[in-house]
This record gives sequence, C-alpha cells and structure tokens, in this order.
Amino acid sequence: MKDTDIKTLLYAHFLCIFSVILSVLIPSFFMEDFSILDTHLTWLCFCSLFVTSINLVLYLVPKPNASSKRSSLSHKVTRFLKCCVYFFVSCFFFHVIFVLYGAPLIELVLETFLFAVILSTFTTVPCLCLLGPNLKAWLRVFSKNGVTSIWENSLQITTISSFVGAWLGAFPIPLDWERPWQVWPISCTLGATFGYVAGLVISPLWIYWNRKQLTYKNN
Amino acid sequence: MRLGSGAFATICVAIEVLGVAIFLRGFFPASVKSSSRTGLQAEPPAPEPLAGASSNWTKLPLPLFSKAVIVLIDALRDDFVFGSKGARYMPFTTYLVGKGPSHSFVAEAKPPTVTMPRIKALMTGSLPGFVDVIRNLNSPALLEDNVIRQAKAAGKRMIFYGDETWVKLFPKHFVEYDGTTSFFVSDYTEVDNNVTRHLERVLKRGDWDILILHYLGLDHIGHVSGPESPLIGRKLREMDGILMKIYTALLTKERETLSPSLLVLCGDHGMSETGSHGAASAEEVRTPLVLVSSAFERKPDDIRHPTQVQQTDLAATLAIGLGFPIPKDSIGSLLFPVVERRPMREQLRFLHLNAIQLSRLLQENVPSYEKDPGFEQFVMAEKLHGNWVKLHLEEDRSGALLNLGTKVARQYLGALRTLSLALSTHVAQYDTYSMAVGTIIVLETLILLLLSIPQVLRRRAELEVPLSSPVFSLLFYLMFLVLSAIHVVVCTSAESSCYLCSLPWLAAGGVMVLVSALLCVIASAFARMVMDSTFLRKVQQSAAHPCSGWSEVGLLLLLGTVGHVLSLGASSFVEEEHQTWYFLVNTLCLALSQETCRSYFLGDDSKLQCYFHTEPGTVGATCMRQDCTACEAPKAGQASKGLPSGARGGHTRWAVLAGPWLVLACCRLLRSLNHTGVQGAHRPDLSHWLTSPSHRMELSCLAALSLLAVFLLAQRGCSPVVKVALALGLLGVFCYRAATGNLLFPWQPANRGISKGILEARFVYVFVLGILFMGTKDLLRSQVIAADFKVKTVGLWELYSGLVLLAALLLRPHNLPVLTFSLLIQTIMTKFIWKPLRHDVAEITVMHYWFGQAFFYFQGNSNNIATIDISSGFVGLDTYMEIPATFLTVFGTYVGPVLWAGHLAHFLSAEASGDSAMGRACFCYALICSVPVATYIILVTSLRYHLFIWSVFSPKLLYEGMHLLITAALCVLFTATNQTGHTSAWTKTDARN
Ligand SMILES: [Zn+2]
Ligand SMILES: [Zn+2]
Repeated sequence: MKDTDIKTLLYAHFLCIFSVILSVLIPSFFMEDFSILDTHLTWLCFCSLFVTSINLVLYLVPKPNASSKRSSLSHKVTRFLKCCVYFFVSCFFFHVIFVLYGAPLIELVLETFLFAVILSTFTTVPCLCLLGPNLKAWLRVFSKNGVTSIWENSLQITTISSFVGAWLGAFPIPLDWERPWQVWPISCTLGATFGYVAGLVISPLWIYWNRKQLTYKNN
Repeated sequence: MRLGSGAFATICVAIEVLGVAIFLRGFFPASVKSSSRTGLQAEPPAPEPLAGASSNWTKLPLPLFSKAVIVLIDALRDDFVFGSKGARYMPFTTYLVGKGPSHSFVAEAKPPTVTMPRIKALMTGSLPGFVDVIRNLNSPALLEDNVIRQAKAAGKRMIFYGDETWVKLFPKHFVEYDGTTSFFVSDYTEVDNNVTRHLERVLKRGDWDILILHYLGLDHIGHVSGPESPLIGRKLREMDGILMKIYTALLTKERETLSPSLLVLCGDHGMSETGSHGAASAEEVRTPLVLVSSAFERKPDDIRHPTQVQQTDLAATLAIGLGFPIPKDSIGSLLFPVVERRPMREQLRFLHLNAIQLSRLLQENVPSYEKDPGFEQFVMAEKLHGNWVKLHLEEDRSGALLNLGTKVARQYLGALRTLSLALSTHVAQYDTYSMAVGTIIVLETLILLLLSIPQVLRRRAELEVPLSSPVFSLLFYLMFLVLSAIHVVVCTSAESSCYLCSLPWLAAGGVMVLVSALLCVIASAFARMVMDSTFLRKVQQSAAHPCSGWSEVGLLLLLGTVGHVLSLGASSFVEEEHQTWYFLVNTLCLALSQETCRSYFLGDDSKLQCYFHTEPGTVGATCMRQDCTACEAPKAGQASKGLPSGARGGHTRWAVLAGPWLVLACCRLLRSLNHTGVQGAHRPDLSHWLTSPSHRMELSCLAALSLLAVFLLAQRGCSPVVKVALALGLLGVFCYRAATGNLLFPWQPANRGISKGILEARFVYVFVLGILFMGTKDLLRSQVIAADFKVKTVGLWELYSGLVLLAALLLRPHNLPVLTFSLLIQTIMTKFIWKPLRHDVAEITVMHYWFGQAFFYFQGNSNNIATIDISSGFVGLDTYMEIPATFLTVFGTYVGPVLWAGHLAHFLSAEASGDSAMGRACFCYALICSVPVATYIILVTSLRYHLFIWSVFSPKLLYEGMHLLITAALCVLFTATNQTGHTSAWTKTDARN
C-alpha cells in the first residue's frame, strides 16, 4: 500500500463530496424557490442522481479494483441490469426496514421511498460499483477482517457512517422544537447525507493514520 | 460476609427503594400554606382602611346570598356547556348562560386533573401538591382551612350528595349526606340516580343553607367510552333537567324569603380526547363555571362572554358571597362580576379583604415579598382606598367619587391578579434535606453495584461483602457522628418543615446508620478493587486472552442503555419514551439479524457451527463468549437438547435467519395497536377501531384467537393438570369479558344484560391461584429432590403461565394480542436466537429488560398518569378493597416487564447451568433498573424549576419509583427460586471444579 493510493482515494472522495455540494447548488440556478427543506424531494432526486453519476464515473475511469477482465458486451449488459435490479431491491428493502421502524405505512410513501433511494445511493451504489453484484463479496467486506484493499476499507467506513447518520437522524423527531427539518424523513435524510460526507472525509484520514497497522491479504 | 450475587443485588435494590421513597417524600412539596395555623379560632377580619383614622366598619360584610347550591359534574369539559354539545344537549343551561341571570367563566384547573386534588382546590382555593394523586384512593380528612369548615363554623347547615370523597375530606361537616362510591367505572346511571333521588325532597324542605351535589356519571362514561360517545349527550340532557329543577325550586324559595340565592355549576376537571384525565392538555384543564342568581339580572342586550379564570377563584368568591372569611391558604382572587352590582363602598371592602388575605399569604411564603409588584400594587390600592373612604365619609355621593372608586377597584383587581399569579407560580419549598439523603442512599447503592461488576463478571457465585474491618468500623462511627451532628443542625435551624426531622429519632438514626454503613462498604470495596486490579494485571500479563472485546450486540446494548438514560433529561423524550424503546428494540433485532446472517453465510463466528455441527450441551448462557473453546468441548452431565444431527440444518437455518425479521414484524404490528405519548395519542390506532361499538364482532374474534394462541404457546412447558387449568382459565377470561359486555359470544348476538362479571372473574382467579400453587409445589419439590433438574424448569414455567393467565384476565380485550405477541416473540427469540447464538447471561438479561420496557408501552401505557387502566383493579371485586385493587392495577400496568422477567427466570433455569447464571442475571437486572432511577433522580433535582416539572417529569418519577419497587420484588423472587435450586447446583459446581 502506497501513499499514492491513499491520495487517489482522497481525490475520489473529494469528488463525491463535491457532487453532494453540487446537488445543493446547481438546481437553485435554474429553479425558482429551490431549497433543501421546502423542496426536499426534488433535492433528494438531484442528490441521488449526482452521487450515482459520480460513482459511475469513478468506476469507469481509474478502475481501482483492476479485476475487470475483458468480457463480452452481453456480459456487461447483464451485469449492468443485475446492478439495477440489486439497486431497486435494496431500495425496497430499506423501505421495508423504515416501515418496520415505525414509518407510516400508507401516508408519505413517496417520502419514505425517496429516503430509501438516497440511502441506497450512499450505500448500495458504491458497493455495486466497487464489488459488482456479488453478495458473497459484500458479506466478506462487511465482516471482521474481510477487507482486502483500502478501497474496500473506505467503502466499509462510508457505508457504516451513512447508516449511523440515518439512524442518529431519527433522534430529533420526537423533540417538540417544531422545526421544519424535524418532519419525517428530512432529519433522517440529512443525517444520512452528513454521515456519508463524514465517512468520505474520515476514511482516507483513518487509513492514512493506520497505514502501518493495515495489512491486506492481497497486498 | 459472603453473599450470592443475586442476594446481594436484591439487598441493594431494597435499600435503593428506601432511598427513592425518602427522595419522593421530599420531592413532592407541600403546597403554599399559611403558617398562622390557629385552628378554628377565627381571627378578626381586617378593618376597612381609612386615611388618618380607623374605620368603624370592622365586621365582615353581610352575605350576598342566603342559600347556595353547588352542582359539581365530574369531568365536565367547557365545550359540554359553552360549545356545540351544550347548545344541543343542555338547552336550559345554554339559555341561562346566554340570556339568563348568570355569570359564566371558563375555570382553568391545574394538573393533576384528578378528582380529589380538584375538590380541594375548589374548596380551599389552594393548589394541592402532586402527591395527592397517590393519596387519591384513601383520602384523609382535609386539614387546611376551607369554605366548608368556615361554613360549619358560621353555623350553616350543609347537605351533600355524591362522590364519597367529600364525606372523607369533610367528616362530620354535613348534617345530611349520602356518599356514592366512584369505583365502578362502568356504572353511570345508578351512581347519579343515587344523588338525584334525594333532590325533590331536599328542595322542598328548605332547612339548609348549602347544598352540594357531585355527579360522577359523566366521568364514568368518559372513562368507558370517551367524549364522543352518544351516552354523553344523554347524560348532559339529564344534568340539564336537574339544573332546571334546582333553579325553579330556588326561584320559588326566593319569592318567600326575598333574598337572592346562588346556584353554582362547575366541573372538577375536563376530559381528554380518549375520555381520560390527569394531565395538562387543554381538554382536561378547561372546565365551565356558571354562577346563577337573581342578583345577576341583566338587560336583554347585555351579552356576557365566558371569561377565563382560575379554578381556585371559586373558594374566595363563595366565601365572600356567603359572608365567611376567605380560607387562609386560598390563592384565588374574587370573581368581580359577582359583586359589581353592590354599592361602591361594599365592593371596595370585599376587594380589600381578598387583597389583605393574599398579601398575608405572600408575606408568609416569600421572603422578599416587599419587592413583589403585586404587593406594591396592593399597598398603593390600600392607600387610595383609605383616601376614598375618607372622601366618602366627608361628602356625600357624587359622580366624581364614583369614578374615583372605580379607579380604586381597578387598582385592587390588578393587585389581586398579580398577587394570585405570584402565589401560584411560587413553587413551594422542596424538602431539600430529605431529597439529599434519599439521593445519597440511591447513589451509594448504585456505586456499590457498579463496583461489584468485576467480581460478578469473573463468574463468582458469591460476593465478598466486607463489613467488619477495624479501620472501617472506625470510619463508620466517625461518619455516623458527623451525620448525626448534621441532622441535628439541619433540624434545629430549618424553618420549613422537613420530613426526616419529623420522624422519630430512632428512625432517623437508622437512616444515618444505613448511610454511613453503605459508605464504609463502598470504601472497602473500592480499596479491594484497587488491590485486585494490580493483582489481575499480573495474571493477565502471564495469560493474555485470545479474543476479548465487545461484540456488536453487546456494544449496542450498552450504548442503547446509556443513551436511553441520557434521553430522560429532555421532556419530549420523557413524553415519547415509547419511541426510544421501539427504536432500540428494532435496532437490536437488526443487529441480531446481522449476527445470524454472518454466522450463517460466513461462519466466521464458530457459534452457529458449534451449535449445528458439534454435539453441544446447553452450556450456552454461562459460557462466556470469549472462551469459544468451551463450546467445542461441551461438558458432560448436562441435558443435551440439540436437534438430532441429521435433520437439522435446512429449514432450521432459515428459521434462524428469519427469526429477527419475524420479531420486527410483530413489533411493528404492536406499535400500531396503541398510539401513546403526547404527539401520537390523538391519531387513530387499531385499538380505537377495535373498541368502537360497531366493531365488537371483530374484537371478539381477535380476542378469541389471541386467547387460543396464548394457550398454545403457554401450555408447552406445563404438566397436564396445569394445561387443563390454563385452558379453563382462558375460557373463563373470555366469559368474563362477554359478561361485562366487551365481547360477544357468537351464539348470543343480542344485547344481553351487562353485569360486573364477578363470578366469571373469580372463576379465573381460582385457576390462577391453582396454577401458581402447582408451580410453587414443583419448585419446592425440586429443592427436596436435588437431582431432578427438570422439575424446577417445569415449576418456573407453570408459575410463568399462571402470571400469563392473570394478565389475560386483567388486560383489556383489545390488548390481548399484546400478550400473544409477547409469548410469540419469547418463543422465537428462545428457539432461533438465544439458543443458537449463545449469548452471554448479561446480554440476555438486558435484552429481556428492553423487550419488557417496549411491551410496557405496547400495551398503551405512557409516562402520563392518565393512561393507567384503573378498571383492571376492580376485576372480580364486589366492593373496593384497597390492597387487592392496588396490586391488580400495578400488575395490570406492568404486565410487560413482569412477564419478560418471568421468562428470563425460566429461560436461564432451562438453558444455563447452575445458579451462578441466575444470580448474575438478577444482578444485571437490578443494575440496569437502578441506573435509570439514580440518574433520573439527579436529573429531576436539577430540573426542579423546569416548566414541565409537574406535568412531565413528576409523573415519570412516580413511574420510575414504581418500576424500582417491582424490580425489587422480582429480584426477591429470582433469589428465592434460585435458593430452591441452590443445593443441587452447588454440588454440581463443586464436582466440576
Ligand atoms: Zn373527577
Ligand atoms: Zn375520572
């Protein structure tokens, strides 16, 4: 593991953070009265779109995993379709979990689903880009001592921090402050976003500080 | 002294209960009180002020009314009279309010909106403390100065009919009375007819001065079917007729005597949207107050809108209207419209009397009263008043004098308002000394528990409790001397009354001994821990543990518990505590599902493997997760309950994977059954739908299904006799609910007569007692026959199913699914999660605690007094009996925690080896219950001037205290069952070592 790897990781993460910031800035240029709180759903769509596209670009360009062998077009197409299916399944799965956590079943379905989409964007999409539609690999990455590269390590950190952010975001909902961001699911989506960004910032730093101790099986 | 960890924990919790009791006694303060407590000796009334001289008008003014009738309708909400309901159902009262000779007000009641404190507030004009809620059920005589006592002293003849609370509050005050008991909530006709039947005769007689009627029916209807019930309209119409009868009778009497009489219509508190009361929502707080008298005649164009006043204002108004001195502790101000037709001099005299009384009360309760704006206004007004009287005596009436008088009156009214506000916001003194002593005791036991964690974690069955070291005995005597000195100093110097000082010196000395003994034990435990840790470090250096550290679930359990404790500092989190628990339980399920997934797919944890592929004993719970080797080398001689080696795998593995998700789904269903808390309580939930009269068929089916499922789930571990008893008991539960009219028999669709179902309920009680007896017998047998290990498990399960049967009887029918799901979740967790994943005893205990808390809220409880289901205390009781009723109510409220604790006991005895597991579980349970209590006591002490202290934090404090008491009882039971198996397990551990 070299410092250049960590540097690449850092730049990639900066791009991701940049995409989140862009999703706040760009729509306000061509949309009247755009704000995160008032037109929350629009922002969610934009944010999801931007983060997904940046992840795709990152996946297509530097190929950090270097494991993609030459393969036929049909293989690529099925792989892509499989990724799409996985993404929707994960959205649905998150939606179910939110309902189990007490989100209303019938009202606010769109809000809940978009929250599921944004959380999938922060967690499933990077996994799909890095690991592909391979459940075994996912489970390996998310278990103890299962990571094999700094990319996987950072993936682990950002995913977990997104989840924790969304989880913590539910805490202000019962408080009686009557703020606009306490409405379901705004605090949770904001929490997930902050968690994701925090994970993006923390993971290169953490890897840099622990670079002596980190030894990967494949390196 | 050596103690088992269970017994040690039990003693600690018992001491903690004592500490909490002392704290509670100090925390719930006495209300604002007048210190000149000279009994019945009437002080001379204050003379009229006169500038430069003294007035000769020193007597009390003459009464304005010759007779008064007070009609108190329990739970009369303001919109029942002034709103659309009033216009529809109470036409006569609406006429009186709109056009008749009346003054109407919206009187604001202060929480707790419960009957007895409200009666006290109405009659004394003071604000009784929160602790009156607890005393509500056995009301002692009212000692404070009040209108009734003043009336008796003035020789008035009073008659009372209605709620017998009055008779208890004012014994020997009424020349004639008939108390009706308020404990059969489902009775709402008889209870009022018992009042009305006397009315005709009494109204004709006229040999009385004050007649008080307290109607309970409306409150009962509210409790049973809510404020939107059609019964409400019928009841209001009945009340309207009664008012008309009284009014016409009073009018005919007036024609004979030629002096006006007064009719007061009031409510003691309102009714929330669910028909309950006790908290501080607008519906519960706003009550109507209508004063009707021919003295209040008005012109047709005179429109009087109800103005907002305080409930405490009635006492002062009644006293002035009937010509008594105002009660000394009253903080109310005179309702001015009552006297505004009187001559100016009399008006000012009334206002002056009221202001003098309030300012005296202020002087006695606030040290810096001279700076109070109300007091300054009063001094000013009194001066103006003196000048006015002087002018009035010098020159005769003129327009200018009248104007000046109006100005003085306005000044007085301002002063009254400010004074009354200052007094009501002036929080009475907390008894800080008792609070401090209670807190110290609670903290000391908590520290003791925390300090002994390492010892318990080292899996010692017994704890060393050092008591007799010479150094510490010296420390003990020193501490005792110092504390006694402090006690004497505090008690001799404090002006405010102090509970500990009022105790006999032996009891106070006992408390001091306890405090100092605890301190010495802590000191020695700490010293030993320091020594131990240095010793341990050496040991650990020689043999380092291979895989130490926290698991995810363990970490979650720790963080969740800490987070919950910290969340208690915010009023919203206290109000919405159910959300915290649901959230934590859900997260726990997700974490468990992650754990099962990982061990299933990856097998990186050898736990599942060792469950499925080796032949494990049921070491599970005692085998600490670190030493996995213990799992692979199962100990012989223990019951091996693993599945047969060929058939497992396959669907069992899938069941393990699906287990947490099933639990999650159950929790989600239960969450939508009852919405509690403040934000969610008004939203429609399943229980509303089920309890509405049109869905009684669905409710019956659901209840029958739930009872059937309860039987299927609970009968597994029982002996055949108990199985039959359980089945019959559950059938009896259904019959009981059908008899009380909650449920329908499919073959009896017509409306049958509704009874109290006493016979059916007692039938069930017989079976409950029988099952409990069988369980105890089995437990005792397991003690005698030391070798029989299984008998103990069966006995525990039988005890548990007896409790389940009792819970089924007490829970309201729409809550029966809660019981079913509780059993279902316990089964799922036991079979698919706790057994295969081999959690530590501590983890299992904490999980049981979490689920118990969540189930407390699933059944519709909240941290609000009003959600307690009092009706469960009267199941199968003919008359009100305090001890059984209290026991049943408490059990009915804490079904969730108690049943989960019972399941914990059974699970550990079935799965774990020996008694050390049980003792450790008891220790963990005690610890995890006492941490929130101790923290909450400190939080409440620091928040005691918070705005929501009475409405949010105090009820929660009572709930916490009760929970600790129940924990103590559970710990005693744990230790007791543990002792029964003690000998057998002891020999086993000896043999193993
Ligand atoms: Zn009442
Ligand atoms: Zn009531």
